[in-house]
Amino acid sequence: MYRYDHFDQIIVNERVQQFRDQTRRFLAGELTDDEFRPLRLRNGLYIQRYAPMLRVAVPYGLLRSDQMRMLAYIARRYDRNYGHFSTRQNIQYNWPRLEDVPDILAHLASVQMHSIQTSGNCVRNITADHLAGVATDEIEDPRPYCEIMRQWSTFHPEFNWLPRKFKIGVSGALADRAAVQWHDIGLYLVRNDQGEVGFKVLVGGGMGRMPMVAVVIREFLEKKYLFSYLEAILRIYNLEGRRDNIHRARIKVLVKSLGAEKFREKVEAEWLRTRDRLILDEKEVERVKAFFTPPAYDRSAVDDKTLERHIAADPAFATWVKRNTRAHRVSGYRVAFVSLKPPGVAPGDITSEQLDAVADMADRYSFGQVRSTHDQNLLFADVHQAHLYALWNDLKRHNLATPNIGTLTDMICCPGLDFCSLANASSISIAKQINDRFTDLDYLYDLGEIQLKMSGCMNACGHHHAGHIGILGVDKDGVEFYQIQLGGSPGNDAAEGERIGPSLGKGEVATAIARILDVFVEQRDGDELFVDCVRRIGIEPFKARVYAGVESKKVRAYAHN
Amino acid sequence: MRIIDKQLQMVDDDWEIADEDADLSAHADVIVSAAHWQKERDALSTRAGRLGLKIGGDTPLEGIAPDLDRFALVALEFSKFSDGRCFSQARLLREKYGYGGELRAVGDVVRDTIDFMRRCGIDSFALRPDKDAEDALRAFKELSVRYQTAVDGAVPVYRQRR
Repeated sequence: MYRYDHFDQIIVNERVQQFRDQTRRFLAGELTDDEFRPLRLRNGLYIQRYAPMLRVAVPYGLLRSDQMRMLAYIARRYDRNYGHFSTRQNIQYNWPRLEDVPDILAHLASVQMHSIQTSGNCVRNITADHLAGVATDEIEDPRPYCEIMRQWSTFHPEFNWLPRKFKIGVSGALADRAAVQWHDIGLYLVRNDQGEVGFKVLVGGGMGRMPMVAVVIREFLEKKYLFSYLEAILRIYNLEGRRDNIHRARIKVLVKSLGAEKFREKVEAEWLRTRDRLILDEKEVERVKAFFTPPAYDRSAVDDKTLERHIAADPAFATWVKRNTRAHRVSGYRVAFVSLKPPGVAPGDITSEQLDAVADMADRYSFGQVRSTHDQNLLFADVHQAHLYALWNDLKRHNLATPNIGTLTDMICCPGLDFCSLANASSISIAKQINDRFTDLDYLYDLGEIQLKMSGCMNACGHHHAGHIGILGVDKDGVEFYQIQLGGSPGNDAAEGERIGPSLGKGEVATAIARILDVFVEQRDGDELFVDCVRRIGIEPFKARVYAGVESKKVRAYAHN
Repeated sequence: MRIIDKQLQMVDDDWEIADEDADLSAHADVIVSAAHWQKERDALSTRAGRLGLKIGGDTPLEGIAPDLDRFALVALEFSKFSDGRCFSQARLLREKYGYGGELRAVGDVVRDTIDFMRRCGIDSFALRPDKDAEDALRAFKELSVRYQTAVDGAVPVYRQRR
């Protein structure tokens, strides 16, 4: 993976100094709350319900073991022994002290990390397919472009004060595992009729109050025009995006109000003017690509016979291999997930001990690297199949081997009311309720892949719009209620789920999910996926079951929620 | 007006932002609004002293582009320091419309935004009056390496790496 050179290091070091001085000025009263807020946000620092929250960037989800150890150290020294992986593949600390943050940033800089632009109305951490470089269905590895875009977007002088936050997601594979179409700009690496690889550019995706799936504004963009095209989009947005209403300020609103075609015309006109001035530097692309060459794989890995033996001898291991590992493009290697969704743990949470343990496992089994996924798990991308059994045993010892990847309990969940000052309702407690209810793994396996995603408010950090089952927490006069929607998707078939009806009380969510799953089991056609079933039969059968027995008066009362 | 100038010095200069009903004969160098200019272009064109134009983030540049050479200065008004439109306005004025006069940031201009303003082609800064100028000047020394080029012609890191 990418390693900083002298210049990259200067930039993060100077940023630490800059933020140290900003913090000092704030504490000395030279900056007001309103003046300091956007500055600290540009360093990922929020003031939350109980304490500040610091969001550390994990660029396109890649981490080295020494970085993991630093994350563990920070959790121990400055936080309460844990961190939380977010849907932008970043890690968040919930309990740092404002006064300590400059020191934390200095620690991060010492291992080539930072929290630059992890919040604020600017280009955020760029996310990517977590299987980049090892996926079997990849057209081209997106990571070099992600790194080049990371550098381009860092302290971009023109686009640091956009109308609203700006997220870019990239995939180079056929299957979209990065929720690309839910981004302000989505990029797919694609091959055209001439066999050249370029970018398909989508714009205007986003969740929140007005969920929208991105629209394609250019089917094929030559790579050399990547930045001129991105800058044209951002310039139009920066000038014309709404700034009078925070809820109408994302680029999706501009795209919708102008219409995709009109927006495209404006972008293309601006791009035609500028495209020859900002050509992607080929030498730089080659330099960065050299950081993403394949590691030294053991070409005889495929001859290993021990994996088969362990699978035959140990059913629990066999289950884990089946559920938590994926195919690798090199025979004899597997991708192994680290489940951060064991029962009783808030999804995405990880302790400092686990961070250290994962770092050790990365060194032992996966070339010293680990990745975070947008659905709040970790993974080892390059595990020799002969090492899987030992890895599994290590993971088990640290409660990281729950074999639930891709199942109902592998849910995305925002921090919710337990931590977040925006939240209307608790989400972690609902995750627990669902975990407590669905303990039978065999039942979950029979259900097949189900993506459950849950947010504690309309801001949709838990991606509920894109869930096969989406849960949204709402507040009604200080009481928490939950809306359920079905049929959403983050993938190639991206869609917003459809709300099934009035919101439910806090105690009723797991029961409602159980009823929904009953309908699925009854109506399922063979091995049909849950989301396909919902799309085939519509939401009515699910709705009827969930609200069966609920008095009409009560439904009416709910309906006001 | 007290400003940070192109050489990053604190200086007083003669520019004044004029209200539409102000007596312009009392001033040498005046900055007028786009609306004022449209209404009284003849009178403004014939007066002695230099003329500046004040625009905001929402001023369409196509409308003023033909007249740009009449203005020795264009003042970009930042209504709030977090309103980033004038960063793009500045780049467009320099790179699309080829404006070579002085670009001045006015309005909510503070230490933590002026470095990027400068990178976008703004070359003088009328700081918000309550802000300390010596302190603000430090902004230009905070970041010494640039990942991208802009109007400032900074040599981006990727070219320094060769």
